[in-house]
Amino acid sequence: MITAIEVKSLQKRFPGQSPALDQISVNIAHGSITGLVGPDGAGKTTLLRLMAGLLEPTKGYIKVLGMDPFLQCDDLRADIGYMPQKFGLYEDLSVIENLNLYADLRNVLDSERQRLFRRLLTFTDLTKFTKRYAGKLSGGMKQKLGLACTLLGTPKILLLDEPGVGVDPISRRELWRMVRELAGGGMTVLWSTSYLDEAELCDSVCLMNQGRIVADDTPQSLKSTMRGRCLHITNIQGNRRNLLKQALRAPEVIDGVIQGANVRLVTAAVGAYPDLGPVGAGPTARLVEVEPRLEDAFISLLGGSSSAESALAAVIPEVELPPDMNQDAVIEAKQLTKRFGKFTATDSVNFRVKKGEIFGLLGPNGAGKSTTFKMECGLLKPTNGQALVMGIDLKESPSKARQRLGYMAQKFSLYRQLTVEKNLAFFSGIYGLTGERQKHKIQQMLDVFSLHPYLEMPSADLPLGIKQRLALACAVMHGPELLFLDEPTSGVDPVARREFWTHINGLANKGVTVMVTTHFMDEAEYCDRIALVYRGKLIALGTPDDLKRKVITKENPNPTMEDAFIKLVREADDE
Amino acid sequence: MNSGGSGFSLRRLRALNKKEFLQIVRDPSSILIAFILPVVMLFFIGYAINLDTSRVRVGLLALDGGEKAKSFISALQASPVIDLYPILSQESLLREMAQKKLRGAVVLQNDFSAKVIIGQGGAAIQVIADGGEPNTANFVQAYIMGIWQNWSLAHSQENAIKTTRPIDIHTRAWFNPSAISRNFLIPGSIAIVLTVIGAMLTSMVVAREWERGTMEALLSTPIKKLELLLSKIIPYYTLGMAAMFLCLIVATTIMDVPFRGSILILCVISTLFLGCVLGMGLLISTVTRNQFNAASATLLIGFLPAMILGGIVFEIASMPLILRFISRLFPTRYYANSLQTIFQTGFVPELIWTNAFFLIILMFFWFGITAKKTKRNLE
Repeated sequence: MITAIEVKSLQKRFPGQSPALDQISVNIAHGSITGLVGPDGAGKTTLLRLMAGLLEPTKGYIKVLGMDPFLQCDDLRADIGYMPQKFGLYEDLSVIENLNLYADLRNVLDSERQRLFRRLLTFTDLTKFTKRYAGKLSGGMKQKLGLACTLLGTPKILLLDEPGVGVDPISRRELWRMVRELAGGGMTVLWSTSYLDEAELCDSVCLMNQGRIVADDTPQSLKSTMRGRCLHITNIQGNRRNLLKQALRAPEVIDGVIQGANVRLVTAAVGAYPDLGPVGAGPTARLVEVEPRLEDAFISLLGGSSSAESALAAVIPEVELPPDMNQDAVIEAKQLTKRFGKFTATDSVNFRVKKGEIFGLLGPNGAGKSTTFKMECGLLKPTNGQALVMGIDLKESPSKARQRLGYMAQKFSLYRQLTVEKNLAFFSGIYGLTGERQKHKIQQMLDVFSLHPYLEMPSADLPLGIKQRLALACAVMHGPELLFLDEPTSGVDPVARREFWTHINGLANKGVTVMVTTHFMDEAEYCDRIALVYRGKLIALGTPDDLKRKVITKENPNPTMEDAFIKLVREADDE
Repeated sequence: MNSGGSGFSLRRLRALNKKEFLQIVRDPSSILIAFILPVVMLFFIGYAINLDTSRVRVGLLALDGGEKAKSFISALQASPVIDLYPILSQESLLREMAQKKLRGAVVLQNDFSAKVIIGQGGAAIQVIADGGEPNTANFVQAYIMGIWQNWSLAHSQENAIKTTRPIDIHTRAWFNPSAISRNFLIPGSIAIVLTVIGAMLTSMVVAREWERGTMEALLSTPIKKLELLLSKIIPYYTLGMAAMFLCLIVATTIMDVPFRGSILILCVISTLFLGCVLGMGLLISTVTRNQFNAASATLLIGFLPAMILGGIVFEIASMPLILRFISRLFPTRYYANSLQTIFQTGFVPELIWTNAFFLIILMFFWFGITAKKTKRNLE
């Protein structure tokens, strides 16, 4: 193996903080695609910036193509292509102006430039859009243009910082294809991501957590350590959320999630299967061994997820809706339409969500899922049709309806300067909790989410997982019957995600109705039903298994949720 | 493979400048700040802030109806700066003053005429001014005293009594003969316009590059520090000079402010000043890396000191010592002073070169720190 990047005992510490990177040692093979995988705050960006020569190591040794990237940056810059988060594009410059700028900066001239432009534009499918401003491109197109700008000058090392973040599976797959083809030419690629399914496609992966590399191997060998430890409980009778809760109590089980109609478990050791009897899966239930995933390996390396019980669900009462209300239409969209000028973001969408159901909204970027979501929780007014919550039209009495719902926004919109306690006090206050009741509720949330150690800390300084807990606490304090979650787990590590979903499952079991948007395909499978939105229209509605069943072919008898997503969107395109 | 070499590259600089100009042209807020704001500001400062007191309303409480009193009253009425308003009683005088309907008042006691006729200097008038606005109060007092002195001089001569004053004072305003404060304020306000463009706009666009992640992308290319700095200086220097000429044209044509100096000197001095504020703006954005903080910081250390300590609205000579000293640390006073001189007087070498000297020192100071703080990495 020829080493392109060599890192030894590398440490990076920013003033006044614990090390962002600690004792990192890794060798990156020449011509390979390496995934840097881990949650936000794991140190992925810091490591990439050190490799790009943008940061100076505090301690340790780093060599890129045999040179020190920080001290010898003049000699190295031409050989490194670095795409930062947000792609580094000038939004008020057109596609071709962005390309020309970066070509000039990277010393790509004349005929070489023309040749590269032609190739990259064809490659990225942007030839038709050269005059369009970068700011007016879709997320997927921006990502491709960002990549094209980085590739000018034909670097030997390509560093990509979360190119897939906030981008839908279709665009992510497209980008993969492009990078794969390029890497064939001997380019060394580092690809950072928080999506573990994305990382499975890499030649090798570095699993990162809290500034350290937890594992560094090929995805295959990491997964092979999990072989025989991944199970499905199929043919379940009864409530699979209860079943999951029971199964996680079994000492053999270190992790479990819902996957469509099945429950997926990971065991501590090969062959140590849990007893299905006390779990209550019903007489027909069976255990079937399934293919391991990279995520299983990661969770196992992090020590497993142990949260079987939701302390939150334990303290909230069973939701009782008024008896005269239709229990099958707690959330309802009737011919729901939203137009912005001439553009129809949501087009005659209909659905009903039952009491205690977890309902997922999925779709590519800009497809209208956020608009639909925002209308259902009263943040946007529909142009036509109705958005109903517990039978109340949000247009007519939005504040009455809002009192009934809890809302957790993307990126946890908390007040950054306020402490944990003040955030709780504020959010309980705006939902009308006062006096002893408020005090009691705040105390209860602190207990339930184990927030006591962070009481006096401003929310900006909290670790991401704790922020997520706090955001959920703020959303549920007033005891809402409905919960709206907008990409609630993006960037959070898998263990914290498990914990989050344990709470959501617990709430659903208590009769809370949940509506959620997500880009994680595995998370989509936790839902009871999914609505797939594309170009403002509802193109599919059903259980995760219904959707997967729709795309079964001879070649792909066992499609994943991502396969289903991509195929259904493509089919809608063809119509 | 790469033909660019490792030194300074004009081609890269040109590409960066082109990018910057495209962004300026396409960003309505840049255009607004560079071309609309200056004009609005000139009009505001030129017409809204008016330090002249043209026709002040003054009350007259005449308790004496005699010949001499009438004569003095007609002298008051003849004044072009006083709008005389008769009042009948002490109470109504108090009320009108309190309601700010009057800026001041003249009271003639009932023995006024009699005392003037006796001619032993016992005749007096009472002048009341509203101290709530010291500036206006001073004007009122000075105007009325002037009228009184002239009148009493005439009348005492008539009566051959030796109250003759040995010195006859005539005020003549040089360089700004009609003493229009606009002629003094407008040139100064060009300094404010250039501070806004040089410091505020520049710091915000650089901070925007940090916020949007484009700075990180730029830094990862083979770009050089000098190229990076010049790519911000050249476009915003050009923009600043364009705004300066726009102000010059608006001031001299629409607002009738005289211009007695040379365009060349104006350009030289403006270049030095822009150097200072561009350096300041670049430094702020490099340190803050965030548009909101950059804007707050430029407001605090750029705009406000310029406005208050620059000698544009408030005269530096009448400031306390400590403020006079602090004002020397900001480039605005040298530039504003030069502008006022160039516009109103013309070329005064000692003054202009002294100002230029201080501007050069400050420019090196700000650019020195900026160059030190600007790095080719994220540290």
